[in-house]
Amino acid sequence: MSKNDLFQPIQFRTPLSRARGLGASRHGVSHFITERVSGLALAPLSVWGVFAALKLVGADQHTAAAWVGQPVNAVLLSLLLISALIHLSNTVQVVIEDYIHRFTSKSALVIGNLFVCVLAGAVGVFSILKVAMTVTGAH
Amino acid sequence: MTDTSRGLPERPMSPHLQVWRWHITMACSILHRGCIVGLWVGAVILAAWAAALAAGPDVYAGFLGVLGSPIGKLVLLGETFAVFFNIAYTIRQTFWDTGKGFAPRIADMTGAMAIAFAVVATIVTWVIAGANGAF
Repeated sequence: MSKNDLFQPIQFRTPLSRARGLGASRHGVSHFITERVSGLALAPLSVWGVFAALKLVGADQHTAAAWVGQPVNAVLLSLLLISALIHLSNTVQVVIEDYIHRFTSKSALVIGNLFVCVLAGAVGVFSILKVAMTVTGAH
Repeated sequence: MTDTSRGLPERPMSPHLQVWRWHITMACSILHRGCIVGLWVGAVILAAWAAALAAGPDVYAGFLGVLGSPIGKLVLLGETFAVFFNIAYTIRQTFWDTGKGFAPRIADMTGAMAIAFAVVATIVTWVIAGANGAF
């Protein structure tokens, strides 16, 4: 197989499926690119996350809240959570679609994955902002 | 999301896990999928940590108690490995996206390096965490 053949998955599509416009519903590429780009954002942010975790190991609520209260930390922490959830909701969806074949269970899991990720993002970012605003307001 | 292939001829599928010989690139691929699912749980834990922090000192102390329990520590150890393996794997995949690193010898080597990096970085992180009073 030559190198070029690797980049031509179109040969697996039947002419009929192409005519019907089915298959990946024409958004498979954007899903893939979202995965790659959010992954690129997540890599440096997760390195920062490990340093942050090491800094906060064993810290009490007061110390940890003061740390989150620093604008740089609040912003980076929110970005870490958001990029992680975008990346993981996309990648876990692919894992579900690969291994769960029953239509109802697959759909339920894909929707559940999305709901949990959006909920975690909303709760997480709201909490970070609440802590950041409260701590800065107290000074 | 929807099953659009119904009624169309069966498409070729990749060989099932059981008929593959174990080798480093497939082990890395499976390990990475496992890590991704683990990190999904980790992201939810991170959001819960932020919520506990916002809820006040008592809730936060209780949350740290759960994370500091033997099972909590085991989960965090797994998360640490998953974070580092995912970082290495992202770099590896980015090279793949440019069309580089597919030669079997190179792919084996980068896979082994990703696992080695994750193991070493996890040990170093936990040694530092221990020195910072994690135990």
